[in-house]
Amino acid sequence: MKSLVFLEHADGAITKGSLGVLGKAAALGEAAGVVLGGGAADVAASAGAFGASTVYAVDDPALAAPLPQPRVDALEAVVRHAGADNVLFASSVLAADVAAGLAARLDAGLNWDVVDLAVDGDALVAKRPALGDTVLVDAGWTSTPRLALVRSGTFDPVESGGTATVETVTAEFQDFSTQAELVEQLQEAATGPSIEDADTIVAGGRGLGAPEGFQLCEGLAEALGGAVAATRAVVDAGWYPYSTQVGQTGKTVSPRLYVALGISGAIQHKVGMQGSGVIIAVNKDPNAPIFDFADLGVVGDLHTIVPKLTELVRARKG
Amino acid sequence: MKIVVCVKQVPDATAVKRIDPGTNRLDRSGEGALNTTDLNAVEEALRVKEAQGGEVTLLCLGPAKAMESLRKALAMGADRAVLVSDDAAAGSDLVATSHVLAKALEREQADLVFFGQQSGDADGAVLWSAVAERLRRPVVSQVAELTVDGTAVTGKRQTEFGYDVIRAPLPAVVAVSDAINEPRYPSLKGIMGAKSKPQETVSLADVGADASAAGEAGSRTTVLALSPPPAKSGQVRIEDDGTAAEQIVEYLVEKRLI
Ligand SMILES: Cc1cc2nc3c(=O)[nH]c(=O)nc-3n(C[C@H](O)[C@H](O)[C@H](O)COP(=O)(O)OP(=O)(O)OC[C@H]3O[C@@H](n4cnc5c(N)ncnc54)[C@H](O)[C@@H]3O)c2cc1C
Ligand SMILES: Nc1ncnc2c1ncn2[C@@H]1O[C@H](COP(=O)(O)O)[C@@H](O)[C@H]1O
Repeated sequence: MKSLVFLEHADGAITKGSLGVLGKAAALGEAAGVVLGGGAADVAASAGAFGASTVYAVDDPALAAPLPQPRVDALEAVVRHAGADNVLFASSVLAADVAAGLAARLDAGLNWDVVDLAVDGDALVAKRPALGDTVLVDAGWTSTPRLALVRSGTFDPVESGGTATVETVTAEFQDFSTQAELVEQLQEAATGPSIEDADTIVAGGRGLGAPEGFQLCEGLAEALGGAVAATRAVVDAGWYPYSTQVGQTGKTVSPRLYVALGISGAIQHKVGMQGSGVIIAVNKDPNAPIFDFADLGVVGDLHTIVPKLTELVRARKG
Repeated sequence: MKIVVCVKQVPDATAVKRIDPGTNRLDRSGEGALNTTDLNAVEEALRVKEAQGGEVTLLCLGPAKAMESLRKALAMGADRAVLVSDDAAAGSDLVATSHVLAKALEREQADLVFFGQQSGDADGAVLWSAVAERLRRPVVSQVAELTVDGTAVTGKRQTEFGYDVIRAPLPAVVAVSDAINEPRYPSLKGIMGAKSKPQETVSLADVGADASAAGEAGSRTTVLALSPPPAKSGQVRIEDDGTAAEQIVEYLVEKRLI
């Protein structure tokens, strides 16, 4: 079974998630990597050490910016050139758009949120949690190539110590694929202590109601001796800095204690904090998905509970 | 400006979501609601219309009763609703859904097509890209800040590496993040007026979609088996009766966390 793995890269390095999927692909059968854009050939060679026998590289000015549509053209070219039973992606903002575009281009099935892959005879079976992780689905495909987006943080890279043959492929780009353009890329400098090292994290979401709501998180974090984190919804809204964001597009944390205040518990947030020792959630909506995985779920208004809680913790610590 | 917003009816948040083991499809028999993050897409469309004039059309693929949920967005201010409803479309996966929506969108000839962040039942956050591919139009997704001028859209979005600002000429497809705006509540006048706005329920044939490319026939993925997720043990749940803070402290002490 031959799998092509989309190897996303930034600043000359392939992402950890992509290398993890590559390792899984190598365990399933023949694994080849695909590296697109920005010095592709140089980046490609590094994938040999993580399980790729061949890496197909497409470098073209159309692939310079991290935009999905020209990548659909390039991947289609590689699939036609090399052939593939599976095309696998580590989930990311870019990869999701590339995978779905390729699915439509090839009329190929796409399973997302995949947390495991297994070969069953000629077939591939994906395990994927669904409906807010309340049911585990064995999903399949009815045609090839089979496309899969693997949930963030699922597979760790495996060092195979091998070397890969790098093959350059040329692609043709559709007019509509190259219409979107990157105007600018903004990076926010990290501020404050890193949440990745914190033993205790108090995280806030949209339920805080306003940017000032974060004072409640800061007070409780100070009392507990921890750091403050945030969801993407509030970071995107400008309430708190990007460097504190937990989740798929932010940081992955595993403190001993994670207190979630006014956070619904979306999958993309969960993948960044589910490894925490103890999860305590305060949310006024009894149906919030976070209660499905919190160790202590408190249904109530954070604005009345948290000030009192902070005081009690302070008093205990003396 | 002609704007179409793709919106979905999903099981209401209070309903227990389940997959019907007979059909291996989501059980849609209970109460339905408009997908929460689609309200952000409707809101953004209304703001563009308010600034530049035009018309906002809702487009949904779903069961006949989905029209009830579309009325909420009509009450917010959308002008008309088109529901593609057909037994042959039931069980559509990504490629099948994108085929049907793209056909319906071709008929609408919109300058701007909006999507929400993700559907609460499928959790895919992928559909727009497949639809844009079929329409052969540029797409910008996960947009947390948007500007629209007469000829192009410019969106700012968060990725794993920071923020990207992306510009695409019209006609274009834009998927918004749930941080882009606060959706308005329908006014009483809006709710009263919604009933009399044009609401069209159409079949696959009406929009020129191919029945063999829709529903299970057009799908390329399949559900093989269902199982319960690994059980999490020892979960404690409390409702605040005024003593929640004390109970949390007790729990922290018991777990030796303070
Ligand atoms: C590709 C992609 C990547 C993403 N990456 C990330 C990521 O890295 N990190 C991330 O966090 N999200 C990410 N998201 C977004 C994610 O899907 C959710 O939209 C987001 O996590 C929601 O944030 P929230 O919980 O703060 O807001 P909401 O979902 O709006 O939840 C707010 C909660 O607060 C509760 N509440 C309101 N008032 C009160 C009160 N007074 N007291 C108590 N509770 C109250 C509400 O009941 C609600 O449950 C991503 C999404 C996509 C599609
Ligand atoms: N059946 C549908 N009809 C119309 N729009 C839909 C449908 N399903 C999903 N959408 C739109 O596509 C977005 C992403 O959905 P998904 O990829 O399923 O998470 C949603 O927020 C809606 O805007």
